[in-house]
Amino acid sequence: MVNETVRHDFATIAAWVKPGSRVLDLGCGDGTLLKYLMDARQAHGYGVDIKDANILACVRKGLNVIQNDLDSGLSGFEAASFDYVILSQTLQAMKHIEQVIGEMLRVGKEAIVAFPNFGYWRHRVQVLQGHMPVSTNLPYQWHDTPNIHLCTLKDFEAFCATHGIRILQRVVMDGEREIGFLPNIRGSVAAYRIERG
Amino acid sequence: MSKLIVTPQTARFDAPLTLKSGAVLPSYELVYETYGTLNADKSNAVLVCHALSGNHHVAGYHSEHDKRPGWWDNMIGPGKPIDTGRFFVIGLNNLGGCHGSTGPSSINQHTGKPFGASFPVVTVEDWVETQARLADLLGIRQFAAIVGGSLGGMQVLQWSVNHPDRLRHALVIAAAPKLTAQNIAFNDVARQAILTDPDFHGGDYYAHGVVPRRGLRIARMLGHITYLSDDVMGEKFGRLLRSGAYNFGYEVEFEIESYLRYQGDKFADSFDANTYLLMTKALDYFDPSHHHQHSHLSETMQAARARFLVISFSTDWRFSPARSREIVKALLDNNLDVSYAEITAAHGHDAFLMEDPHYHNLVRTYMERVAGEGEAA
Repeated sequence: MVNETVRHDFATIAAWVKPGSRVLDLGCGDGTLLKYLMDARQAHGYGVDIKDANILACVRKGLNVIQNDLDSGLSGFEAASFDYVILSQTLQAMKHIEQVIGEMLRVGKEAIVAFPNFGYWRHRVQVLQGHMPVSTNLPYQWHDTPNIHLCTLKDFEAFCATHGIRILQRVVMDGEREIGFLPNIRGSVAAYRIERG
Repeated sequence: MSKLIVTPQTARFDAPLTLKSGAVLPSYELVYETYGTLNADKSNAVLVCHALSGNHHVAGYHSEHDKRPGWWDNMIGPGKPIDTGRFFVIGLNNLGGCHGSTGPSSINQHTGKPFGASFPVVTVEDWVETQARLADLLGIRQFAAIVGGSLGGMQVLQWSVNHPDRLRHALVIAAAPKLTAQNIAFNDVARQAILTDPDFHGGDYYAHGVVPRRGLRIARMLGHITYLSDDVMGEKFGRLLRSGAYNFGYEVEFEIESYLRYQGDKFADSFDANTYLLMTKALDYFDPSHHHQHSHLSETMQAARARFLVISFSTDWRFSPARSREIVKALLDNNLDVSYAEITAAHGHDAFLMEDPHYHNLVRTYMERVAGEGEAA
């Protein structure tokens, strides 16, 4: 069955994953992306999540899921043991960004990172109006948000440059539209495929 | 709802069994119980492996008047997480046990006396071999799942390596890939308590009409301390005094003393000391990687084919979550299907026997998938 509500960034990620790949989905949530990758790309995958409810949801879907705190690293995974390590919409909630990205690129031959763009124009307008932004991709109020490390596309790309990370591909979206012109302003979500430089 | 009534059965094996130690048992018996119905293609069987002090009486009651159900009755039964309405569940008493299977307290037919000290040491691998023979007898070629906690989980792990094609799913709960020095040390203190009891008589206490009660009691008290977490002990007993004041003596004063002595007494009345020695030794020897050059679990698990559910408990310090993660890593290294959950629970190692909504939900959900596969096939 084709899920019509598949998130647009999922489709982007799936398009990057070669069929039959071995994937590790960090912060896999209820396993929707992982299930999609298994069905659409015949991936052999494992999810990683910390929440009990998400472990249960993944097991219910018949997925492999490992309960683990991402902020404590990926010591249980061998170097270069996955074709892709994916971090979708989770980066901004991580405590130790350098460590997480470093671990992703140790365990995975490539990594795929998708996150909400803080530089999106609607966010900028809200900040100019004097408020912390709230949007479809940043649905939380300032006082209940799990997001502690929000960044813009420029910030992320600067991070990659200073950390010896090569960007292989980038897709910027707003809803279902792909954004080519002024992506750091017009894009609400970005996905990057990266490798160790 | 009416009680699930079960009757233990006995299987006799007359083909000699060569044990890992080299000793040969010419014949032996295994006592077992079954719950639910084996389906026509014999694909819905689930084997439950017991831990140190467990036995074949896994679930249900032995009669309408029976007050105490089997030791894992909260997990196994009609409508329970391991649903006997869908699965044919088998519990057995391991070889060397003291609940009906051939063990040190059984009569040696050659001598007409209990085996006692002459009963050979058995290992987890030996158990798996005898369990496989029981499966043969029941016509079960492949189990839908094999399930076990603690020492039971170690048997599941061994099964997955020794008979990779005979189980589709392995549920390894609160286990470890092998004991640590600390774990062996605890076991040895327990054994020393028994071995140095004047009533032990070199293991042949049956002939003297006594049992090494004091030793067995202390062994169990020590075990109990390691099965509970510091937190739960503190919460349950704290420094509570039975009489509310110090008596400045050595009688029972603190509630924890009273609890441990009660547990020790209860156990000493119902368990055989030689079996306790044998079970702890099986634990110590367990190391499925023992034969491998580098003693590397990942190499050992190359043989496995089952899909795994590995579960640990946050406050279990006897077999901590880190030990379960070692198992998970070895499975990941071999690209095997595995899910791993660390259950937040206060009860330490004992948590695997407790009723915890998330833990039970997880096992239920997993087993529903297992049952679904069987029905689809």
